[in-house]
Amino acid sequence: MYPEELAILANRIRRRDLQAVFEAGAGHIGGEMSVADILTALYFHTMSVDPENPLDPNRDRLVLSKGHTACILYVTLAEKGFIAKRDVATFLKPYSALNGHPNRVKVPGVETNTGPLGHGLPVGVGMAKAAKLDAAAWRTFVITGDGEMQEGSNWEAIMAAAQFKLDNLTLIIDHNRLQQGARLAETINMSPLSKRLEAFGWAVEEIDGHDMEQLCSALSPETVTLDRPKCIVAHTNKGSGISFMSDRVEWHHKVPDAEQYRQAARELGEASN
Amino acid sequence: MSAVTEQVRGNPALHDCRDAFTRTLEAMAAVNSDIVAVCNDSVGSSKLGGFKEKWPERLINVGIAEQNMVGVAAGLANGGKLPFVCAASCFLTGRALEQIKADIAYSNTNVKLCGISSGMAYGELGPTHHSIEDFAWIRALPNVPVIAPADSIETAAAAEWAVSHVGPIFLRLSRVGVPDLFSSDHKFELGRADLMREGADVTIIANGVLTHRAMFAADLLSQSGIAARVLNMSTVRPIDAEAIEKAARETGAIVTCEEHTIFGGLGSAVAEVVVDVHPVPMKMLGVPGIFAPTGSANFLLDEFGMSPGGIAESATRLIDKKA
Repeated sequence: MYPEELAILANRIRRRDLQAVFEAGAGHIGGEMSVADILTALYFHTMSVDPENPLDPNRDRLVLSKGHTACILYVTLAEKGFIAKRDVATFLKPYSALNGHPNRVKVPGVETNTGPLGHGLPVGVGMAKAAKLDAAAWRTFVITGDGEMQEGSNWEAIMAAAQFKLDNLTLIIDHNRLQQGARLAETINMSPLSKRLEAFGWAVEEIDGHDMEQLCSALSPETVTLDRPKCIVAHTNKGSGISFMSDRVEWHHKVPDAEQYRQAARELGEASN
Repeated sequence: MSAVTEQVRGNPALHDCRDAFTRTLEAMAAVNSDIVAVCNDSVGSSKLGGFKEKWPERLINVGIAEQNMVGVAAGLANGGKLPFVCAASCFLTGRALEQIKADIAYSNTNVKLCGISSGMAYGELGPTHHSIEDFAWIRALPNVPVIAPADSIETAAAAEWAVSHVGPIFLRLSRVGVPDLFSSDHKFELGRADLMREGADVTIIANGVLTHRAMFAADLLSQSGIAARVLNMSTVRPIDAEAIEKAARETGAIVTCEEHTIFGGLGSAVAEVVVDVHPVPMKMLGVPGIFAPTGSANFLLDEFGMSPGGIAESATRLIDKKA
């Protein structure tokens, strides 16, 4: 799929996510909008996965460590064919497989249950290590939020990944500069993320996390450095694509009212045309 | 007198169960190349030196980083490996509890958590290094069987069983020497208590390093004409409710002994069954909800009323309370 098509698809995924959050009356829409392009690039450009065979031992793995943005993962998995599109409408409903955080036991395509932050990268290190032990070609991708990088467990994993020379592991940090309660800069500032990761022995690339061409290039195997895990610092906007949400801390998990919903849907629709 | 009791009497040889564990792990790793060991700079304390020598690439040492250790194990399992996480139980269960909950239990990954030197095995090093909360913490989580073998033979049998069991487990091992209690052909069965000694006056339920002490206690009681039943309850979850109900109905009094706080451990698990199916007087022996004073594991167990004499005394007093 070409970058232009990917961008259109990403906005369709945003619209479906917006609708799901609006109808469920809950969700984490800000971080879902910021990660939409990253997920789209991974599932429709980079990763080798087969919805008909979700446990293929040679599949690429994705861990959405910022598990609170589960809804947009569900929408993406539905778009890819892992789950039925109609199932997205069950998001947060009683006994739905689609609860507020992804569950590998209930949702095909989910690799590990996330929710508490700082869990995905250690699991990703284990996956990448398993592939290395088997000299297998499959790759592991982990998406974290930038606030999530405040969790110490991530830095344990960062050290191990460098020590183990896991060049089959790619960490994408959704760097939207906002955490739940405030800006990172006003909480615990994590920038400059690149220098920190480089100091820990990683190969780092900074990109515009809403630019499909840059995403596809940064995710491609050709841009991997031998023996080094890769970190993509993806500069994003929380609430990206929706003017009144963009870069606004209150939209971490606020739910749009009917008028806001209509406006947001209109903006996303126009962007896709 | 049973053959088992015969072995416990006299001056039996004491074994460090870690040796049986690593011997078995190495034997299984030799025939199953998916088996990997994951540790936190604990090659020595987990006795993984032999494993490392034979399969250096399959010994994954994450350094002093327990949260990462457990997450890495979950990822290895996702990638088709069979990880045995071998680390001091206090750090494995305490430091990485949320990883155990989310990455292992909730994600239902095929990871074997092996808590080494559990209980008060680190004795004089003090309560930071005691792991006397791990039954309570781990048995509160769905999907993770909790197992504390009583001797080297049961340790080896449980480790062998762990390979064939698909799903997570928590295997709680000690380093305190214990005599052999089982015959060498013993097979481990999850959730099944072993009837170590028959008796109708009172039941003593124990596991881990307490089982042989319970056997000694039963010996002492028999000298006073009291017939104590002894159950080795190595599986704390899923608990053998049937054996507990039978003990309650047939002996009318139950003493539990554990190298664990009495809040939420083996005694609590037994009591949960007893109050539900057939209430009888119980005495729960264990660490009485305090941080232990300085002393070796065996010293502290004696201090907390779990010398053979102490257990026998508790049993005798409990019998007086029977209806």
